[in-house]
Amino acid sequence: MIDNPMSAADLTSARILDDRFEHHSPKPEGVSANVPVSYEVRVTTPVHVSGMGHAMKRKEDPRFIQGQGNYVDDVKLPGMLYMDIVRSPYAHARITKIDTSAALKLPGVVAVITGEDLKKAGNLHWMPTLMSDTQMVLPIEKVVYAAQEVCVVIATERYIAADAVDLVVVDYEPLPPVIDPFEALKDNVIVRDDKAEKTNHIWHWEAGNQAATDQVFAQADTIVKQYMHIPRIHVASIETCGMVADFHKATGKLRMYMTSQAPHAHRTVFALVSGIPEHKIQIISPDIGGGFGGKVPVYPGYVCCAVASLVTGKPVKWIEDRSENLQADSFARDYHITAEMAADKAGRITGLRVQTLADNGAADAAANPSKFPAGLYSIGTGSYDMKAAHIAVDAVYTNKPPGGVAYRCSFRVTEAVHMVERMTDIMAHERGEDPAAFRMKNFIQPEQFPYTSPTGWEYDSGNYGAALQLAMDMIGYPALRQEQAEKRARGEFMGIGISSFTEVVGAGPSKDYDILGIKMFDSAEIRIHPTGKAIARFGTKSQGQGHETTYAQLIAEELGLPAADIEIEEGDTDTAPYGLGTYASRSTPTAGAAAIMAARKIKAKARQIAAHLLEVNADDLEWNVDGWQVKGSPDQRKSIQDIAFAAYTNHPQGMEAGLEATDYYDPPNLTFPFGSYICVVDIDTGTGQVKIRRFVAVDDCGNIINPLVVEGQIHGGLTMGLAPAMFEEIVYDENGTNLTGTFADYLLPTAMETPKWELGRTITPSPHHPVGAKGVGESPTVGAPPAIVNAVVDALWHLGVRHIDIPITPYKIWKILRDKGVTD
Amino acid sequence: MSKHPIVVTVNGQEHHAEVESRLLLVHFIRENLSLTGTHIGCDTTSCGACTVLFDGQPIKSCTMFAVQANGHKVESIESVAENGELHPLQSGFWEKHGLQCGFCTPGMIMTAKALLAKNPNPTEDDIRWAISGNLCRCTGYVKIVEAIQYAAEKLREPQPEEVSA
Repeated sequence: MIDNPMSAADLTSARILDDRFEHHSPKPEGVSANVPVSYEVRVTTPVHVSGMGHAMKRKEDPRFIQGQGNYVDDVKLPGMLYMDIVRSPYAHARITKIDTSAALKLPGVVAVITGEDLKKAGNLHWMPTLMSDTQMVLPIEKVVYAAQEVCVVIATERYIAADAVDLVVVDYEPLPPVIDPFEALKDNVIVRDDKAEKTNHIWHWEAGNQAATDQVFAQADTIVKQYMHIPRIHVASIETCGMVADFHKATGKLRMYMTSQAPHAHRTVFALVSGIPEHKIQIISPDIGGGFGGKVPVYPGYVCCAVASLVTGKPVKWIEDRSENLQADSFARDYHITAEMAADKAGRITGLRVQTLADNGAADAAANPSKFPAGLYSIGTGSYDMKAAHIAVDAVYTNKPPGGVAYRCSFRVTEAVHMVERMTDIMAHERGEDPAAFRMKNFIQPEQFPYTSPTGWEYDSGNYGAALQLAMDMIGYPALRQEQAEKRARGEFMGIGISSFTEVVGAGPSKDYDILGIKMFDSAEIRIHPTGKAIARFGTKSQGQGHETTYAQLIAEELGLPAADIEIEEGDTDTAPYGLGTYASRSTPTAGAAAIMAARKIKAKARQIAAHLLEVNADDLEWNVDGWQVKGSPDQRKSIQDIAFAAYTNHPQGMEAGLEATDYYDPPNLTFPFGSYICVVDIDTGTGQVKIRRFVAVDDCGNIINPLVVEGQIHGGLTMGLAPAMFEEIVYDENGTNLTGTFADYLLPTAMETPKWELGRTITPSPHHPVGAKGVGESPTVGAPPAIVNAVVDALWHLGVRHIDIPITPYKIWKILRDKGVTD
Repeated sequence: MSKHPIVVTVNGQEHHAEVESRLLLVHFIRENLSLTGTHIGCDTTSCGACTVLFDGQPIKSCTMFAVQANGHKVESIESVAENGELHPLQSGFWEKHGLQCGFCTPGMIMTAKALLAKNPNPTEDDIRWAISGNLCRCTGYVKIVEAIQYAAEKLREPQPEEVSA
């Protein structure tokens, strides 16, 4: 094996790869904004340091490319037992009896744990969700969704546990399920009869000004209205969820290796629910095989696994199989939206009015900040300046698995963007205006930032026209429109779709954002060792985003220590500072900022040490890349490595020894990344198949830490935008049975369906982030779906098609073409 | 449950074992041999995270029994780097940012290794077709394709330069 693949020599291969972006043009023609536009990545450190802007190869990769990653299922402890779960075949049924005797007789079976057992252990059969609703861990009276956890079996071997699952006999008395959320509103079937109020309605939430909005609509020249369903989908990270729980009776410590995007928050939840003191709980989130929001909630399986270890006194492993993951874990979306948009005579958007029904399944187990039950959905006015808006959501229980968590999305922003980008496109088409020109006319202009939206958001920075213009230049927009007109005349179907989205990511600030009361700051702790190497620990947890590289680059940027000399650790609650974790594109805006602030504290102390060493006043020193030097006399300098050594060997009397700092960063605002995407599709009229010919994505995520990593995030995000737009949907039959419980039915895009994404960028720094960065991981997932739908509808508009719900399958298109008489 | 004696050559080393007939090959590799670079993602031959080479051919070890490997040769990701040097595919994935969470990566590399053994000069379409049985949720495949192209080029060089490792 390769011992130390990240050798010093390798640093020279860290390089600036500005040309990796396929387009890096000078300022495109046609951007009339008074605000200058930047296209180039800012680099201030040399390659051997590799601070911000360097396309450094990822430090975490050597272990992954050699099969040496350490995922939860790779954890193997002496004497480890295996847990498997008995699940309900019914979506709604009373449990009349659970007979575990045959299972317990099977050699190798150690225990079976039921809801009754959890109840006896201290009412552990219920748990809080992250939205302060309740959810069954294991049921006693009834099940409320198909594939619900009914009881768990613990055995000495994985295969024996699976055998024992089949030997548990559960008697059910089936109840009529309610699957359709509009039916659920009628309260004919009550999903949650454990609650005092016998209704399926969970909450009503709204934002904006209804009266002002109604007035704008009363005065409108054009009003368009559209119902759309954004169906239930599943993140389906390639690694499923799992845990190894290891309770030591002698020490009273419960250590859990867990597929967790938020290990600290999960430790607190475990402590509050179980009563085990928090210092006796350790969560280790090792390498995570993709998260995308699916590893934010606490699922019943985790709790049962921990209980199993407490009961048996042995380590217990639980790893979901794929069909369990697709049937029972958190889903995303499932919003039924009725939206109206108003415009004046000049074609200026004046207002937006939105009613929404959110199908939350059997519990509100979303992962939204607690004051935001519909997440950040009120960002729905998007990139457009309008007078008034009113956005409302009602949530309802149905007999489906609980959730409403993200699918690579910052708290319901995808639903909001899909709605507003569809409505904007419908409005443009309805008025006979070009969708690009219509957007340009209605954008919030660069001079208007910081911009306060009608629903109360303060957008930090943006230059929407520049991004759209660059996308149009890259794809050759006018020529495509001409080609489309010629093809239409020949009866061929080609469409061009635009999406000019605004994302909102990076929660806190903590005054507004918390999860179960825990404020949404995040943290970094940096320790510089005497020889000038460092370790930094964070409250976040990478699931592939590349934190071990990008955080090191941020620290390198500030301190001049080579990024290769900085070890990054996350995911161990015993060692890392407290933080809320990685989701909603919050790591760079929060923990990344914390790294900068902690590094600046170190830099300030380093200045004092340098002054002591150089025998000058600290005020006479200036920073230069990687050390403090005397102003006007750069040969009199101390490098950060010199200073680190002195901090332990020759520090000034009266100063604390050592060189380390911790920062808990509470952002003053969210960050608002944005972009413009243009998609070109050709439709096969015989089969209804939609072929994405080109897809140009211009993203603006502020200042860039690592262009290579940003490109990777955008490619991946676009693919997870393509997926729900064209392939993925969790489908239930009328009994509430999931018909898409394997990858043979729930279709993830392969390399064959995924287009070759074409990327471009503009750079509009965040004014409040310490290095001007914004989150980026989810922007493309948010922005891509409406570009695809808009392209398909654009191809069919002349037939009278105004909207098509995602996923856009060949069957849906073929049916439209047949209904319109285009094909037989 | 009855057990069967098997002899399987894994990464050049002969392993003798007594296994249940139902033991999946992937569990034999991961649990019995502790070679955890081969992953499990779907259980249904769909995702390719468990891809290993079986007598040189890429197969999905989650839907094959260990007993079927009796007398055969299996290669897993742990065998790809040789003599302390990364294979050009490994360098390519690193160099081109062909991975993010890393969970699909070993399977991707094994599939790509079989492709390049058969077709040293693949087109982009050839590569996309070859890896279409391996799902990646993170990268959008563009950089995986570039990584495999990088490796193909390195392997075609008559005397390959020392790979950056």
